[in-house]
Amino acid sequence: MSITIARSLDHALTTLHENPDALILAGGTDLMVQINRGYLNELSTVIAVNRIPELQGWKQQDDTLVLGAGLTYAEMEKSDFAAVAPALAQAARTVGSPQIRNAGTLGGNLGTASPAGDTLPVLAALDAVICLRSAQGARRLPILEFITGVKNNARQPGELIEEVHIPAAQGHQEFCKIGPRNAMVISVASLALIVDQQNKKVRLGLGTVGPVPLRPAEAEEHLSTNVNWAANTVSAATLDQFSTLAAAAARPIDDHRGTAAYRRHAIGVMARRTAARAFTEETA
Amino acid sequence: MTTNHYTLKVNGKEHQVADAWAGESLLWVLRERLGLPGAKNACEEGECGSCSVRIDDEVVCGCLVLAATAVDCEITTIEGLAPEGELVDVQEAFIEAGAVQCGFCTPGLLVTIDKLLETNNQPDDLTVREAISGNLCRCTGYGRILEAVNLAAAKRREATS
Ligand SMILES: Cc1cc2nc3c(=O)[nH]c(=O)nc-3n(C[C@H](O)[C@H](O)[C@H](O)COP(=O)(O)OP(=O)(O)OC[C@H]3O[C@@H](n4cnc5c(N)ncnc54)[C@H](O)[C@@H]3O)c2cc1C
Ligand code: FES
Ligand code: FES
Repeated sequence: MSITIARSLDHALTTLHENPDALILAGGTDLMVQINRGYLNELSTVIAVNRIPELQGWKQQDDTLVLGAGLTYAEMEKSDFAAVAPALAQAARTVGSPQIRNAGTLGGNLGTASPAGDTLPVLAALDAVICLRSAQGARRLPILEFITGVKNNARQPGELIEEVHIPAAQGHQEFCKIGPRNAMVISVASLALIVDQQNKKVRLGLGTVGPVPLRPAEAEEHLSTNVNWAANTVSAATLDQFSTLAAAAARPIDDHRGTAAYRRHAIGVMARRTAARAFTEETA
Repeated sequence: MTTNHYTLKVNGKEHQVADAWAGESLLWVLRERLGLPGAKNACEEGECGSCSVRIDDEVVCGCLVLAATAVDCEITTIEGLAPEGELVDVQEAFIEAGAVQCGFCTPGLLVTIDKLLETNNQPDDLTVREAISGNLCRCTGYGRILEAVNLAAAKRREATS
């Protein structure tokens, strides 16, 4: 096994071009667990990408928020980031523990593509675009095309996740996650609600309740068309129906963390609560 | 850079690591190769925090760092918190508050709390609880650990005022 510490994007892409099946190591919070357990003894080449300057940090570029694949949760938690991407910042704050958030990255969450990955429902609701790069060139995929199944994504050998692009949206944003305690919790069900005030549209992302993050179109449509956008209010009946439609769109399973029935119920509750915080509930 | 020979800078001292398996974690290398058993190993999956070490300015789980990639940075373990034979304020506070039972979680907690107090020497209760949320203690019930943090914070404020 050989290890290359990539010092630039070019360095990483060249090494990856020569070893298309090399293992990409970012914060190591998913991969090292596998290596420690002895699952990856056969490794030939590892490329460490956490020292690549081009993958660090985030910036605002015209109407797009550009996030480097190497952006850590600790950076996403900070107030300057929370001001531009509140739901992502909330999601970051719920990940693991401070130690995990200091090391773990956005690119790693996408690379792992776990159904419980906390950034995934948020990226889905934000209409995020994943930018991949190889020595041959770059391509962009909407998040819902990038995540292809349980722990599966569309990255090809030789490709690196370079950036995540998020179109600007003005309005209320929120992330919710259910788990047995506040710290160190892998999600049982999660949800992100994004209000796009300008286009009068509400976008909803569901996490941990399907093999991939979900966008419940019917629920979004129902809420978006029934909100009183001028007054920023919504009726109780609309909220109830939104909750029912969101829960119906979930595709949860029973596992050691929770039952499908509980997860579906939780989605309904979180959908109603987040919508009621985004818009004022009309009194009858 | 390709390796199974590399140099790690731990507690201000350079250590050569030779003939290592490239998949070794920093925690393993510290304990088994460099004779620094202060950081503890209780899970090797990032859950317990007993392996907490400082890399440059951040506290991370030593078990989740690939040792060969931790070159060119400053690694600080519990052994390096105070000069040989001395104690830092947080260590003193743990003794005074009786915050140590079996002691397995203690090194990780000390490294974590030392860093917390460096950024904030007047942390409120919630801040402290969140800061140590990645450090599990099976013995104390945390009461005396929280007391020790308050004590240490007071010592640090006094020292810097
Ligand atoms: C104790 C603990 C608690 C956790 N809690 C949570 C939690 O609450 N929520 C949550 O979502 N996750 C959690 N995780 C999982 C993990 O922290 C996240 O998935 C994190 O985002 C992984 O990022 P990383 O940089 O550490 O990835 P790594 O472990 O370095 O890599 C993960 C995968 O992504 C690939 N990869 C990384 N970067 C790139 C890139 N730039 N291009 C292409 N592929 C890439 C790697 O090849 C690998 O397959 C937890 C993990 C631990 C150990
Ligand atoms: S041994 Fe590293 S977190 Fe438990
Ligand atoms: S004192 Fe025993 S685990 Fe904390």
